[in-house]
Amino acid sequence: MPRGKTDPKDSARIVLANCGAIDPESLDAAVAAGAYEGLRKVIAERIPPQAVVDEVTRSGLRGRGGAGFPTGKKWSLTAPGAVKYLVCNADEGEPGTFKDRLILEGDPHELVEGMILAGYAIGAREGFVYIRGEYTRSIERMTRAIDQARAAGFLGERILGSDFAFDVVVKRGAGAYVCGDETALIESIEGKRGFPRLKPPYPGQVGLWGHPTVVNNVETLANVPAIVRRGAAWFRSFGTPASPGTKVFLILGDVERPGAIEAEMGTPLRTIVEEYGGGVRGGRRFKGALIGGAAGAFVSEKQIDVAMDFDTPKAQAGAVLGSGSVLVLDEDASVPKLLDEVLEFFEHESCGQCTPCRAGTAQLVRILRRALTSERRGEDLDRLVALAQAMRDTSLCPLGQSPILPIESALRHFRDEFLTCAVPVGRL
Amino acid sequence: MEREEVAVRHVMERYPATRTNLLEILHEIQRAEPRHYLSEASLQAVAEYLRMPLAEVMDAASFYSMYSLTPRGRHVVRVCVSPPCRLFGGEALLKALKERLGVEVGQTTADGAFTLETSSCLGACGNAPALMIDGELFDDVTDAKAAEIIYRVRREDATR
Repeated sequence: MPRGKTDPKDSARIVLANCGAIDPESLDAAVAAGAYEGLRKVIAERIPPQAVVDEVTRSGLRGRGGAGFPTGKKWSLTAPGAVKYLVCNADEGEPGTFKDRLILEGDPHELVEGMILAGYAIGAREGFVYIRGEYTRSIERMTRAIDQARAAGFLGERILGSDFAFDVVVKRGAGAYVCGDETALIESIEGKRGFPRLKPPYPGQVGLWGHPTVVNNVETLANVPAIVRRGAAWFRSFGTPASPGTKVFLILGDVERPGAIEAEMGTPLRTIVEEYGGGVRGGRRFKGALIGGAAGAFVSEKQIDVAMDFDTPKAQAGAVLGSGSVLVLDEDASVPKLLDEVLEFFEHESCGQCTPCRAGTAQLVRILRRALTSERRGEDLDRLVALAQAMRDTSLCPLGQSPILPIESALRHFRDEFLTCAVPVGRL
Repeated sequence: MEREEVAVRHVMERYPATRTNLLEILHEIQRAEPRHYLSEASLQAVAEYLRMPLAEVMDAASFYSMYSLTPRGRHVVRVCVSPPCRLFGGEALLKALKERLGVEVGQTTADGAFTLETSSCLGACGNAPALMIDGELFDDVTDAKAAEIIYRVRREDATR
């Protein structure tokens, strides 16, 4: 059973339905729980690939890696080509995020089936699942599941007796946050250092080895079998019209019960913190939260009723859903200290390819530390925001474009704390 | 030296000689090497096997944090220093481990048993703090639990 699961009384379960309930190393257990029924249906009823794309488009599924791009649209935008690839992004490196690990470890066949269906839909014969190197158990479980699926005829040539052929290869990352960017990930699969590519062209046009490539997140693909099996209308019965379905939320920090929960899109932050997380630890006051990881944003106690879907946090709280990570801060938590750690993380993980990010992430750390010890804190804090804005506008990839999110939101909600705090901030 | 070369060749030949297998080959060579690192001789052998310039092999090997270009201990301890882990015990855990092992981050204990490293995130944030030894993840790591893990690894080494 995967560690870190909060409570069995989840409000809705699609992707984690079998996690903890079945033996993840047994194909029979997965099949008994419904694995590969979607694939059987597509093959038996001779459902054409375009119909699978249409069904996913109608379901309103949006990318669970954080960006929320409509999955069906991404599949449709793929350039025609004799050779196409499907890539599953399992390079889960966003701090505070371990949802993909729960799926990889808890129900790998769900992901394998999702990849097969996606490969069928876009016309790919080969798929890659790029798993971060630190996820030893995920790599083992996924490798085993792929071998089992191949032996059972769900992968390989003539899948279930049809003319459809598809296979999946596990690729292991080697420790680089930037490879979570789809173009850096593609470079890494090609055996190079993970430098992001300039976009456009997007991977859907020019991707792996120059061929049209769809890159989808683990949680996104894990939703596909249920959508194919039970239909778009069923999927839309969960969540909100603009963000249908469920989301895996990671509840961390100063809560009674840290862990993961799958809940409907649009679940209020308050429900996530108070019901699923058991409330702030020790009955203390909710000060705020960092939502979406390092590349996420802070919210204050005033925003605790925000609906957690792709659009509302942005519209109402200047925040982002991101990976679904919710790092809860109690009344004693130091926002400047957390921001310092977030900025240090970016400095460490900047790949060094483009100057705004390489030089900027280092400067952000220095400016914040100087600000917290200087006579004119306000000016330095303004400088911090200005630099992060310049990085957003000029960096090559999301890594350098992201620090503005935690910086701007931290200062918007907690500026007074930055102006008055006496917390010494320093390296380990 | 010769035996090492044979070992490297043995690892490489399990993979087709195409560049997409570079990261996997480097992982496996590093794992098989007793000091868990990528020597210049190994990288040279990989370059020849994949018919790539050595510079391009180095380019990748030096980029990823899980590869080491210098010799390490028999066991590599990686403490998670992601922002959530640090806030919830990771900082104290790292400090305790430095004292227990008598090394700074990046150093190896005098007996060659442990190298202490950090990781940007191990994905165990719900059970912080976390550390990894030789690919095995431990979470909810208290100082006592860390001591027990280190003791266990030392004892296993002694009986080997």
